[in-house]
Amino acid sequence: MARIVGAITTSHVPAIGGAIAKGLQQDPYWKPFFDGFPPARDWLAKVKPEIVVMVYNDHGLNFFLDKMPTFAIGAAGEYRNADEGWGIPTVKPFRGDPELSWHIIEKLVEDEFDVVSCQEMVVDHAFTLPMALCWPDQNWPVRTVPVVVNTVQAPLPSAARCYKLGNALARAIASWPKDERVVVMGTGGLSHQLDGERAGFINKEFDLKFMDSMVNDPAWATKYSTVELVELSGTQGVELLNWMVARGTLPEKVKKQHSNYHIPISNTATGMMVLEPAA
Amino acid sequence: MPNAKPRQPVPGTTIFDGEQARKGYALNKMCYSFNDAANRAAFVANEDAYCAKYGLNAQQREAIRNRNVLQLIEAGGNAYYLAKFAGIFGLDMQDIGAQQTGMTKDEFKAKLLAAAR
Repeated sequence: MARIVGAITTSHVPAIGGAIAKGLQQDPYWKPFFDGFPPARDWLAKVKPEIVVMVYNDHGLNFFLDKMPTFAIGAAGEYRNADEGWGIPTVKPFRGDPELSWHIIEKLVEDEFDVVSCQEMVVDHAFTLPMALCWPDQNWPVRTVPVVVNTVQAPLPSAARCYKLGNALARAIASWPKDERVVVMGTGGLSHQLDGERAGFINKEFDLKFMDSMVNDPAWATKYSTVELVELSGTQGVELLNWMVARGTLPEKVKKQHSNYHIPISNTATGMMVLEPAA
Repeated sequence: MPNAKPRQPVPGTTIFDGEQARKGYALNKMCYSFNDAANRAAFVANEDAYCAKYGLNAQQREAIRNRNVLQLIEAGGNAYYLAKFAGIFGLDMQDIGAQQTGMTKDEFKAKLLAAAR
């Protein structure tokens, strides 16, 4: 039986890719952000996952507005990165696991989550950067299953729905017959807003409360509508929906292995957490 | 009857909903094409022809000509797609933020730093 050994949640700002390409990890601007990750790597070296289920939002690389699924699951043998418009060097392809992907798709639909399946999918910075932060040598030691959540075009799925999707993902993974260790990642956020007169909006108080809720009160954010979450965390802060899915894959009681919070990278308040099911 | 909730309840914020998605379709489709370096080069080589190919309306064409992000949002642009347009000119998100808030880039950076306190 497959087992979820924990979750990593992190911001995924594109500029991180530029900083990695330029080797700026120890630069004073970047150091407080990158320093969050060595403990996550130590933890990964200990739990040794075979699978990463990556919950993120596409930013207009794989999906355009012609077809915008609320929830989509990758079912390819390989996922490639591609230019998103800024010419940042791409990273090596990621191995998929079509068998596991289809198992998850079948179980989710049985569970009344009518997801879109994607046998071809390119993956953008929201997928590649968390991987590169966790495995800086970029020799990916895991197979991957992308789970894409629409945070781009309203109506967005509610935080409650995202949390329940996480619960359903956990049931699907638990019923995978292979004895494999799974880490779920949820990427995006925390508070930031790129667009409008309110650009540059950051809400530290909300972010810290949200990160605390990940440990102590996982359904806390489900009391807010997605519009309220935009008001509290910004138009792109609402990417925290991906964190809600990842958190939903863990039991109610968790142990925080590590966390980091830093303002700002680019226009973003960055957060990251490593959570384990409580023993 | 209770008053209907406003469609855009958050000040200084345009939530990208179905109405914006319909209004901005051609503009966002053009920006989506900028994922490809060859398309970015084609836009730079002949901006008029490139905009015409995607069927931008007059408001969208004007906003593109002005490199004006607030006008682009008003014309239906979505932040994630507009970021690809900004990339053509080497503008980062802090340049974009400064432009929309009427600040210098240094002022905008100071505003972000202040949020850490």
